[in-house]
Amino acid sequence: MDLTVNGKPVSAEVDIRTSLLDLLREHLDLPGTKKGCNQGACGACTVLVDGVRINSCLALAVQYQGRSITTVEGLADGDTLHPLQAAFIEHDGFQCGYCTPGQLCSAVGMADELARGVPSYVTDVLAADTLSLTHDELRERMSGNLCRCGAHNGIVAAIAATYGADRPAVSA
Amino acid sequence: MMEFARTALRYVPDALLPGTRPKPVRGQHGHVGEPVSRIDGALKVGGAARFAAEVKLDGMLYAALVHSTIAKGRIASIETAAAEQAPGVALVMTHRNAPRMKAPKGMMDGGGVAGSSLPVMQDATVHWNGEAVALVLAETQEQADHAAALVRVAYDPAPALTDFSVARGKAKRPDSVLMEPAAVTIGDAEKALAKAPHRVDRRYTTPRHNHNAIELHAATVAWDGDTLILHDATQMLNGTAGTMAGVFGIQPEQVRVLSPFVGGGFGGKGLWTHQILAAAAARLAGRPVRIMLSREGVYRLVGGRTLTEQRVAIGADAEGRFTALIHEGVAAMTAHNNCPEQFTFPARHLYAAGSFRLEQTIAEMDMLANTFMRAPGESVGTFALECAIDELAETMAVDPIELRRRNEPERDPTSGNAFSSRHLTKAFDDGAARFGWDRRDPVPGRRREGEWRIGMGVATATYPYLRMPGNAARIRIDAHGHATVSTAGHEMGMGTATVQAQHAADRLGLPLDSVTFEYGDSALPAGAMAGGSQQTVATLAAVTAAAEALIKELLRIAGNDSPLAGLRLADVVAVDGGLAQAGDPTRHERYASILARAGRDAVEAEAKAPLPLEMLKYSMHSTGAQFAEVAVSDVTGEVRVRRLLGSFDCGRILNPKAAASQFRGGIIMGLGLALTEETLFDARTGRVMNPSLAEYHVPVHMDVPEIDVIWTDLPDPHAPMGARGIGEIGITGVGAAIANAVYNATGTRVRDLPITLDKLL
Amino acid sequence: MTPFTYFRADDTAGALRTGAGADARYLGGGTNLVDLMREGIERPRTLVDVTAVSTEIEDDADGGLVIGAGVTNTALASDRRVRTRYPLVARAILAGASAQIRNMATVGGNLLQRTRCTYFYDEAAACNKRVPGSGCDAREGFNRIHAILGASSACVATHPSDLCIALAALDAEVTVVGPDGERRIAFADLHLLPGETPERETSVRQGELIVAVHLPAPPVGRSAYRKVRDRASYAFALVSVAAVLDVGEDRVVRDVRLALGGVAHKPWRATRAEAMLRGRFADEAAFAAAAAAELADAAPLRDNGFKIELARRTIAAVLYELAGEAA
Repeated sequence: MDLTVNGKPVSAEVDIRTSLLDLLREHLDLPGTKKGCNQGACGACTVLVDGVRINSCLALAVQYQGRSITTVEGLADGDTLHPLQAAFIEHDGFQCGYCTPGQLCSAVGMADELARGVPSYVTDVLAADTLSLTHDELRERMSGNLCRCGAHNGIVAAIAATYGADRPAVSA
Repeated sequence: MMEFARTALRYVPDALLPGTRPKPVRGQHGHVGEPVSRIDGALKVGGAARFAAEVKLDGMLYAALVHSTIAKGRIASIETAAAEQAPGVALVMTHRNAPRMKAPKGMMDGGGVAGSSLPVMQDATVHWNGEAVALVLAETQEQADHAAALVRVAYDPAPALTDFSVARGKAKRPDSVLMEPAAVTIGDAEKALAKAPHRVDRRYTTPRHNHNAIELHAATVAWDGDTLILHDATQMLNGTAGTMAGVFGIQPEQVRVLSPFVGGGFGGKGLWTHQILAAAAARLAGRPVRIMLSREGVYRLVGGRTLTEQRVAIGADAEGRFTALIHEGVAAMTAHNNCPEQFTFPARHLYAAGSFRLEQTIAEMDMLANTFMRAPGESVGTFALECAIDELAETMAVDPIELRRRNEPERDPTSGNAFSSRHLTKAFDDGAARFGWDRRDPVPGRRREGEWRIGMGVATATYPYLRMPGNAARIRIDAHGHATVSTAGHEMGMGTATVQAQHAADRLGLPLDSVTFEYGDSALPAGAMAGGSQQTVATLAAVTAAAEALIKELLRIAGNDSPLAGLRLADVVAVDGGLAQAGDPTRHERYASILARAGRDAVEAEAKAPLPLEMLKYSMHSTGAQFAEVAVSDVTGEVRVRRLLGSFDCGRILNPKAAASQFRGGIIMGLGLALTEETLFDARTGRVMNPSLAEYHVPVHMDVPEIDVIWTDLPDPHAPMGARGIGEIGITGVGAAIANAVYNATGTRVRDLPITLDKLL
Repeated sequence: MTPFTYFRADDTAGALRTGAGADARYLGGGTNLVDLMREGIERPRTLVDVTAVSTEIEDDADGGLVIGAGVTNTALASDRRVRTRYPLVARAILAGASAQIRNMATVGGNLLQRTRCTYFYDEAAACNKRVPGSGCDAREGFNRIHAILGASSACVATHPSDLCIALAALDAEVTVVGPDGERRIAFADLHLLPGETPERETSVRQGELIVAVHLPAPPVGRSAYRKVRDRASYAFALVSVAAVLDVGEDRVVRDVRLALGGVAHKPWRATRAEAMLRGRFADEAAFAAAAAAELADAAPLRDNGFKIELARRTIAAVLYELAGEAA
């Protein structure tokens, strides 16, 4: 099958049962995308498909023929970190680093959803034309990404710093 | 034994006891105490940090497991033909063809680090529901998983003890609890309780928990002749190497364990059966093997925190001073491990009381061995103890912080030892002021916002200082003056590499980028286990010793032409990339210069940390105050935690940024413990029924409020660099603080964790 | 996962050609089916990918909307017409799962999610749904998340969807196409109570493909979806309430739609409560009485008795709030 990964065309021959996650990790040597549950319950495997965030563990690779995939390895611009990646380091948005690739891709996808006007469960006025990234909106929209080290505050701070959420101040 | 040593050492001066007077950094400062960002940050945010399941070896096979579906009995038959004939399958391993292996040595009393000392796949016996009964190797994971589903197993079940309500009736007192006595009795506490003018006497229960590190347990294994290479996700490199060597009848040096990154541990990333099975299968197949457990597989093969049933009874006089403190109860365990969940430990050190009865027992069950999980004992023990204190404060109409203050001990109340450093009262004062504790309405249920009732709660946090003996470090300085510090340490998110580099830089008078911290490899000098919140301080002690040895060696080779000529270790400080005479910065020479003159490419020295006798001479504990504000829906009973604050006294904080994350991480796990987390163990079958992140609820972003953390930053004079461990204290006290806040909000006292909404309707 | 053959359908006809076989299943976002296949619970021999089929949302002549079954949950919740005219639908979708899953999951797949029960997911447990006739380990086991209404001795599992609760309240209809042609199913008839055949969860027949959901013109009144769960997000409902309430200026209930999630094997349309409320004065007592009447036949198991009280309270609170807003 052929698809584009991080801007480069790739082709791979895979078992029909192979998930997009395993295609990346085992066949394309891109293990930055993580496996935490393999059942859509943790978000560690989040990647962007044509800019939209999905759980790659629940995606059969064969369904994504011809699509454009962005993984954590594709966020940076050469040696220059994506601003969100830099913010994660600055705000200590991780400890072990295992959920981090999923959090990053998820946040990038979230920012795009916000710009496209996709509402969330905590959006006050569903019909509103513009949405703002309040503290609650950010947390609700990122709730599909579990973190067990408990870096939630740092993750939220990094995303807010990058995408401009209003949030209460908190000490380092 | 420990008690005797403590009593004897109490009268020995510090000067004669290794470890009790740690060496401060005497030269250059500037790195320790700074909020340095993680030095492995770019690797982690770039997806370039390689974890155990991300090492690719030529010819590697993928493993899949078949788990037993009974708790006890025998495998009557096992049909593997269909699996063996499935596409891509290279091996199906069962007890019939598994290599002969010795039982692994267990943690705590077995001389090893295995979670259980049961033999692994050596006969037809089934020991717990979920035990691996077959392993399939195939060319791809998909093929292995499918073939594993084709293995048919029939069992002869035997009666199994899987019901805690039955097992607790046969509970017995263990010989010891983590080398401490299982029971501590001072005076007649029951009698004192009966006579006390104020008292509470309550029962609390806590459920099983699972660590649920997001990284699945995994290993990539290869044999090179009789040498085993194990890329593992582990908190215990050297212990794993030694224990694996014992299993396979080889020398510890023949096992090399590599683990540069660990995707969360919390006590769970130890030596379980999957590494042993993978190594055995790799040997049989003659090819490298990758094993990555499914999430269900983690629940079936990796033990979690056991359940407890606790009684706390406190008697107090008219002024609120405790006359009796009773904390007793039972935890479930197996006959093949030693992890009794030391929930009575907080009561041994936290409060003065006229009499004590602290005793814990264990109820043996037929189940997967339970194990250590973040603050074993203290996490659930403080739930019971600190709720009981809140209940006593309520009955006495005394502020719960004030009640604790009235029972602040001068010395350790059960050992009699002096505290090395204890500023719990300050932690309470600072926390109360910052949290706005004075805004708490002492009468439950009065504060409302719409359908939500608001409440505030507080509890004490505590975790012991620990420093295990036997670890070492090596420091090598090269001709450019760059230092490489090496020890078989672990990085699972604590900031190990960052903090150790900060310390080594200060210790050697170097800029941070002139220090490399090398870890994660059992071939390095023996490291400290990442457990018991002790890796940081144990490593500091070893690096300090190695630095002294290195400086001695540098002075030796400096020669008579050096400005340092004639100076001894005690005379010099490490500054500006070299050594100088203390008090005379003009007598200075850079490392590069010393090496150049001596014609050396590098100088290195290795040393062991001094014996941790400070632990025996002093009562050494980190403490803290946890504050919580919750909102509870009057309609649904849903609890939302609105604010959390942890105020800690943990000695000196080495890196405020990493430390804040450690504290918050613990607090958030405490939030889960308080409100949502429970492993469902079916008493009929001994089977975990929610082995999934969808049905075991760890907190999500929406559950986690902004968490404020502060600390006293008062150095402990008897701990390396003045620092005590901080990895586990964060979870302690949180369950009680939230439960107490829920009571303050609603007037309903929930003594059975987790505090799910059904308990508040 | 058992090996299978994969076809990607470009249109309904193509889907039906390959999807009619006994071992075939239609594949939407895969968020439920792929998981079940990995667990060995579903073992289709043929997967027909229908994500490219029926992906439009169109205005219906009757003032309603026709939602293609291949529309993703996110696309549906983001559609301006849905957000403005059917906020109940948008809110229910957004209450479910995570953003990533909503980006993958399709409307058709959402309707066909398997019921929720940990014993169903465990091959070691007895489950009449997975292996008909094998028994039900949930009845005497952990059943805090299980059904209190409409359950049977054979099965006590609960329907997991949030979207479907809203669709039940709105009297949606579902169009299916099969080898025998097209038919419309009233939403109330789409999902089944377990009875003695819990393996049958819907009235969609083997080979039939859901192609569209019809939303009738929006009902008059205010609506709300409230989901009660064990954590603040990303969890299934313990109880959820979808409600539409139309109260006149005289404070009399002109119309009410009420459906419950998390309480039964199917979305539970609270017809008894609705009937009690129509024409009644909209006050707290009336709402509480209607909620109590709806739950009168609830049958608790060992761990889920709290759901009765929880459902009563949540229904009453949601209606009370809607009535208050209307005033």
